[in-house]
Amino acid sequence: MTPQDLLALAERVLADAAVGESMEVVTSWSRETEVRAYDGEVEHLISSDSAGLGVRILVDGRQGTAWTGGLDEESMRACVADARDNVRFASVDPNAGLAEPDGCEAAKLDLFDSRLADESTESKIALAIELERRVLDGDPRIVGIESADYADSTSAAAIVSTNGIRVCSSETTSYLGAYVLAGDESETTSGFGFSVGRCGHDLSVDVAARDAVERAVAQLGATKVPSRRIPVVFDPYVTSQFIALVAEMLAGDAVIRGRSPFADRVGESVGSSLVTLFDDATNPLAPTASEVDGEGLACRRVPLIESGLLTGFMQNSYSARCAGVTSTGSAQRSSLQSPPSVGPFAVTLAPGGADADSIIASVGEGVLVRELAGLHSGVNTVSGDLSVGIEGLMIRGGELAEPVAEVTIASTIQKMLNNISIIGSDLTYFPWEATGVTVAIDDMALSGT
Amino acid sequence: MIEESIVKRVLAEAASTGADFAEVFAEDRRSSSALLDDGRIEELSSGRDRGAGIRVVVGESTGFAHTSDLSESGLLAAAATAAAAARASGSGQRSVDLSDGTHGVSNIRIAPYEVDKARKVELLVTANEVARSTGNSITQVSARYADSRRRILVANTDGLFSSDDQVRTMFSVSAVASGDTGMQTGRESVGRTIGFELFDEYDVSELAERAAQRALTKLAARPAPSGEVPVVIGPGGGGVMFHEACGHGLEADLVAKGASVFAGRLGDKVASELVTLVDDGTMAGEWGQFTIDDEGRPAQRNVLIQDGVLVDYMWDGLRARAEGRPSSGNGRRQSYRHLPMVRMTNTYLLGGTSTPEEILENTPDGVYIAHLGGGQVNTATGDFVFGMTEAYLIEGGRITEPLREGNLIGNGPAVLAAIDAVGNDFAMGSPGTCGKDGQGVPVGDGVPTLRVLSGLTIGGTAA
Repeated sequence: MTPQDLLALAERVLADAAVGESMEVVTSWSRETEVRAYDGEVEHLISSDSAGLGVRILVDGRQGTAWTGGLDEESMRACVADARDNVRFASVDPNAGLAEPDGCEAAKLDLFDSRLADESTESKIALAIELERRVLDGDPRIVGIESADYADSTSAAAIVSTNGIRVCSSETTSYLGAYVLAGDESETTSGFGFSVGRCGHDLSVDVAARDAVERAVAQLGATKVPSRRIPVVFDPYVTSQFIALVAEMLAGDAVIRGRSPFADRVGESVGSSLVTLFDDATNPLAPTASEVDGEGLACRRVPLIESGLLTGFMQNSYSARCAGVTSTGSAQRSSLQSPPSVGPFAVTLAPGGADADSIIASVGEGVLVRELAGLHSGVNTVSGDLSVGIEGLMIRGGELAEPVAEVTIASTIQKMLNNISIIGSDLTYFPWEATGVTVAIDDMALSGT
Repeated sequence: MIEESIVKRVLAEAASTGADFAEVFAEDRRSSSALLDDGRIEELSSGRDRGAGIRVVVGESTGFAHTSDLSESGLLAAAATAAAAARASGSGQRSVDLSDGTHGVSNIRIAPYEVDKARKVELLVTANEVARSTGNSITQVSARYADSRRRILVANTDGLFSSDDQVRTMFSVSAVASGDTGMQTGRESVGRTIGFELFDEYDVSELAERAAQRALTKLAARPAPSGEVPVVIGPGGGGVMFHEACGHGLEADLVAKGASVFAGRLGDKVASELVTLVDDGTMAGEWGQFTIDDEGRPAQRNVLIQDGVLVDYMWDGLRARAEGRPSSGNGRRQSYRHLPMVRMTNTYLLGGTSTPEEILENTPDGVYIAHLGGGQVNTATGDFVFGMTEAYLIEGGRITEPLREGNLIGNGPAVLAAIDAVGNDFAMGSPGTCGKDGQGVPVGDGVPTLRVLSGLTIGGTAA
């Protein structure tokens, strides 16, 4: 379906809004292909079309929502009726409401690559099979592959509301990724590599295969090391996961509900003076770039931390009203099944001037962290406590040394921001809502033997 | 959901180009939830999702397509797409005979979708009031109610025609406590494959008080130790450890690809003789229970490790077919939009003979974990982590000071071998959602009190 089809459909649903009702209607559609290769053959090929409708209704400060995974008339009518019924049971909240158009013009980002539509299934299969072959041939120590995947998606969405919001958008994405196994009789290690773009022409089998092989092979022979306090270096992949946690703590909905340790700290120093953090959905290089947010307001660059000083938070229209500010275009709608939350699209730690090698040389003695485990079980973004399993390489005499595994690093997110000592220049994009650069962080507790 | 005659024609279409196997999986899922936060009922939400996924297997290749259009023409179109995706070329069977299989009926007493929404809201309000009155330092509370009814139909070219009706109800409470040392959180949840009678079994006030108490306790918590220490895990939620330490590694799809440290180890001693580990989709009412799995296979109780010896892996239809053996009823999927794969159901450690008191008394120093968070495993290396959300120091064989949150890390085989005490106080833990390859499914777990003498490293910050 085209964005215009979805817009027309959404407007038809919106026409049912009763007098006194505020209503927001979201329609979405996607077509996806996924190919997994194994043993030089297709292990599976998934061809999928999905569509959905989400409805939010407000009456006198009460809000009800409903969603459906089908766009037939009966499902859509039932969805509106459900949302309307749900309104009756919500509490009155003077701040509840839909986004108000704010006159901010959405950036034109060109996230739709029409070439994807011309790419044949055979060419997609060939990419996945080629990825598997390149990984298996990449190093004699590669012993197997857990997955070699090609995936793409063409999607469109529309948002309309009785407040006058009327937007639609479409985008394409394509992706190659491999999880590979390296090893011998006594051990097996794994590594991950990917390439992402807007169509198959953007993808690099080379990069995905090389990274996966290199990461798996580098971990061979990994051991535990003794517990100690130690400087750590995060590679861009790990940094992106770390700053995504920081962003969670700087989301307006966490702040207004007393769930962010940064709530009262705007204007204060919350990090080393090297730290400048912002969210920028309008950077077209980010795979997660977006023209509009989950409420249909223009996405924009949102400053969060400037040279170590906390400048503000990300807001959607609700959290902004509660805080007495305006929306920053940070409404996130991860699925139709939930109303908009607050979060980043492409949160970015502003790069510094150092390359990764010079950072490792400057740190001298430490550990390069290349993989995290237990981000959800060992991190509490309310208290800031962080304790995660890691894989990586020891840094000795300013150079990379032996691999390490089955150890954890721990601190608090607040302390880690203060202890950032070097920021790299190697800005890297990922297919999730955070970018990454190499960073050095002083003084974490490493737990091992 | 779909007439048998239509299912037959759709299967014939899916198999018409030479499939070895074709399957229709139809699903109609309705869900409702209510959320309280910051003292207000924020919203009620209702959802419905229905459609069918069609799978066509040719040799080692699977083609899959899905549609939300359950009409005959919609299903036939999806069947043709799936057949094309499987890249079959040839001619296959023209007709399919179906024999009546298992038809699960949910034995719920109170259908949650018939319960007045006001009663669901009442539960949230009660939880909020009780949690806030547990202590002055409780500064925020959220609570969530959710129910779902999932009706599924599975039919395939082996002649299977089965259905199930799965109703789940859950409730959770989260509290924030604030003090001089910052903020801490506590959470409690219950969920069962039953109806609204869940609230005859569980009192939301007790849940709310426990969640609040957990947050309050942690205000006084000290940094957890750093390094390898003896760990005693309390009854219930400790099952997460087995889910990560060996559960995933015993999934036959990962084993077949060599992506598991337990590959090739059937018949070997892989754990202490105190360990008998079971995965059981039949456990009445538990969060991971069902009558048939998402490939139409009846749920089973499968012993995975018996007295420390690896007895079997868990299997779905595809892996079982490749090995010429029956599925173990572990083929599950998140929805009709997903391919099934090998998944756990309710995974638990059988009880032993020690009393929990004995286990503690015989542990001079260590850490006691009363409540676990989630976890994660790298099945290839066997390294796994799990979070502790309520933990205490053990000093002189007694539980003493509370500890701050963190992860523990260990290696599956080493940790399983180091289990040297298993208690007689078995309990099931909290409802969980297990993630694998981008799909989430409901799972349960349980353990009695147990001790891991060595091999677990606590990721704290204290020297």
